[in-house]
Amino acid sequence: MEQLPWLPAHADLGAALSAARRLEPAARFAEAVRLAGYRRDFTLTGRIDRLATDGLADPALREGVRPALTPLRLAILSSHTVDHLVPAIRVSGLDRRVALSVHVAPYGMYRQALLGEDPELAAFAPQLILLALDARDAPIDLPLDSDEATVEAAVQARIDELRTLWRRARARYGAQVVQQTLVPADPLLFGSFEALVPAAPHSVIERLNTAIRAAARQEGVLLLDLAWQAARLGHASGLADPVRWHQAKQLVSPALAPLYGDLVARIAGAVAGTSRKCLVLDLDNTLWGGVIGDDGLDGIRLGQGNATGEAFLAFQRYAAALGRRGIILAVCSKNNPEVAEEVFAKHPEMALRRGDIACFVANWNDKAGNLRHIAKTLNIGLDSLVFVDDNPAEREIIRRELPEVAVPEVTEDVSDYPAIVGAAGYFEAAGFTADDAARARSYALNAERQAALEQATDITGYLRSLAMKMTARRVGPAELPRVTQLINKTNQFNLTTRRYTDADTARFAADPETLLLSLRLSDRFGDNGLIAVLMARPDPALPPGELLIDTWLMSCRVLGRQVEEASLGVLLEHASQRGVKALVGEYRPTAKNGMVARHYEKLGFAPVPAPEGAESGATFWRYELRAAEAPAHYIEVEAA
Amino acid sequence: MTEAQIYDALTEVFQDVFDDDDIRLTSGTTAADVPGWDSQAHVNLVVAAEMRFGVRFRTAELESLHNVGDFVQLIASKQQGAR
Repeated sequence: MEQLPWLPAHADLGAALSAARRLEPAARFAEAVRLAGYRRDFTLTGRIDRLATDGLADPALREGVRPALTPLRLAILSSHTVDHLVPAIRVSGLDRRVALSVHVAPYGMYRQALLGEDPELAAFAPQLILLALDARDAPIDLPLDSDEATVEAAVQARIDELRTLWRRARARYGAQVVQQTLVPADPLLFGSFEALVPAAPHSVIERLNTAIRAAARQEGVLLLDLAWQAARLGHASGLADPVRWHQAKQLVSPALAPLYGDLVARIAGAVAGTSRKCLVLDLDNTLWGGVIGDDGLDGIRLGQGNATGEAFLAFQRYAAALGRRGIILAVCSKNNPEVAEEVFAKHPEMALRRGDIACFVANWNDKAGNLRHIAKTLNIGLDSLVFVDDNPAEREIIRRELPEVAVPEVTEDVSDYPAIVGAAGYFEAAGFTADDAARARSYALNAERQAALEQATDITGYLRSLAMKMTARRVGPAELPRVTQLINKTNQFNLTTRRYTDADTARFAADPETLLLSLRLSDRFGDNGLIAVLMARPDPALPPGELLIDTWLMSCRVLGRQVEEASLGVLLEHASQRGVKALVGEYRPTAKNGMVARHYEKLGFAPVPAPEGAESGATFWRYELRAAEAPAHYIEVEAA
Repeated sequence: MTEAQIYDALTEVFQDVFDDDDIRLTSGTTAADVPGWDSQAHVNLVVAAEMRFGVRFRTAELESLHNVGDFVQLIASKQQGAR
């Protein structure tokens, strides 16, 4: 079975690996990251892992790799052997821009590790704990004629135990928990009748998985939904090979390690904020059949009536659904802009509308330049883009020119496109909020704001005309998921890039000493949703009466709108109510947050020496509440 | 495949699994002779050999694989059976 089909094939990956072994350590690691982006079986994956060993252990060796990898510590607590899967998890981590350290607790000891003391696990300090359980572990063995209520009670008892383990993982280690769903170990007993017998093994497992999913939603636990993957692959394809189980207690066969590793790594990426954000689409022979410039509106194939047209429509529908999920959609096509736009305006079968596209680029320039332009316009990194193009030559050029952009290898049949883009897991989520669903609309509104700006004669007039309203409030339970999500995925406008789990933010929100603020912005074009998070707290390194701004981040969608000034005003208001004398801001440089290097300076903070024990490279800034007046802005602020 | 061809192909499998181009196999090579040939690597070898030679080893056969000679004999007998 071909795994990771969205990755391009390498002409001779084995030879490239042998050659890479002779490189200097830093270059060797960079090569490992590059080669992780090619299609590979488990043996080649193991070799890439060895190539990356030094770089994963030593941040200095990773410094030249752009975009930078986010370090993350993952502990796996399992009821089956997982050691053989670890190399593939790490290697897919490289491809998904996460430098993973992986700790595997002795197999079968997951209860002891969480309920008792596990000094090794404590020393490892996991940020992510994967509970990899299987159906053979703690089986629910009831007489086959047990009634539904009996089965349900047994399932709930098992779920209660899991909840205890999850809560313990969070309380003891402050880690985000990922729960693996259960893959049935044995074939059906009853055939299709199985589901009609509540105590039959598959019925019980299905009920357990349903209950695990519901409990995970309540507890803020993420899922590794292996059961869905297994159903997609089929039992016989080796995900759960009985020979490997009898031989080595492996639930997942080594042959399928690359796929399993990728499923884990993409969740780690979602937690670390490296999931992709934007789907960029070519037009001719990608969104419709034929070339609009040659074939004309009546000549292209799209929509009901013929199989090819239906296939293109199906891909458009999938892209539109991703848009409704909050993935930004863009177009990058070699076409005359008027001709390309006309299809969106006039073709009756289009599922994608012009308003769904946040950035529409049709011209005759090279696509690498156009993709750069799209990233810049949308204020996102190139490493947030996925580019789908039917033309293999264009795909090759982009992979070479812009290695940060993900370019799925697609077949010559558009019918396969939705499955390939879906299977690639580019957009893995670690949360979903109403703001996500509204995002597509919000980007479209930004285009309208841009037009208003171009019409306005001066910036002051423009800002006034927006009639902006900001709502600032201390973060409550309802906002926690979105706040955590923003903390973990904001890379550019982020002063400190400190990542926190749900458990951390819940603790900060509940702490009376800590000011955790969420800011929302609306204007005459609509609601931008939650756009900024600020956290200020007393710090042992500072004298009493001073607050450290631990976190200040903002969505780039609202850049240039004076939100920074208004946010400082809100912070000052809260601080003076508490009798705070000064605020201390901190800037920790990363590969991505250069745009805020002078943030505090612009707001009138004065540079001060770094306090004892501060991270090297970080700069510190001070704002005396008495000395200064809050900066002016055109935003009406409402404190809630 | 002749026995010599099986040796050559199996050597490549070992070299890939252990990421070591210097590995040379003889019929008497055992786990003690190859650094890293532990129980986990053994399963990797079995699966990589299955994929390379297009064969599948039975559960009972896995228990009789003690050295490289056993591997080669088993692969040869399976390929003959397939013919």
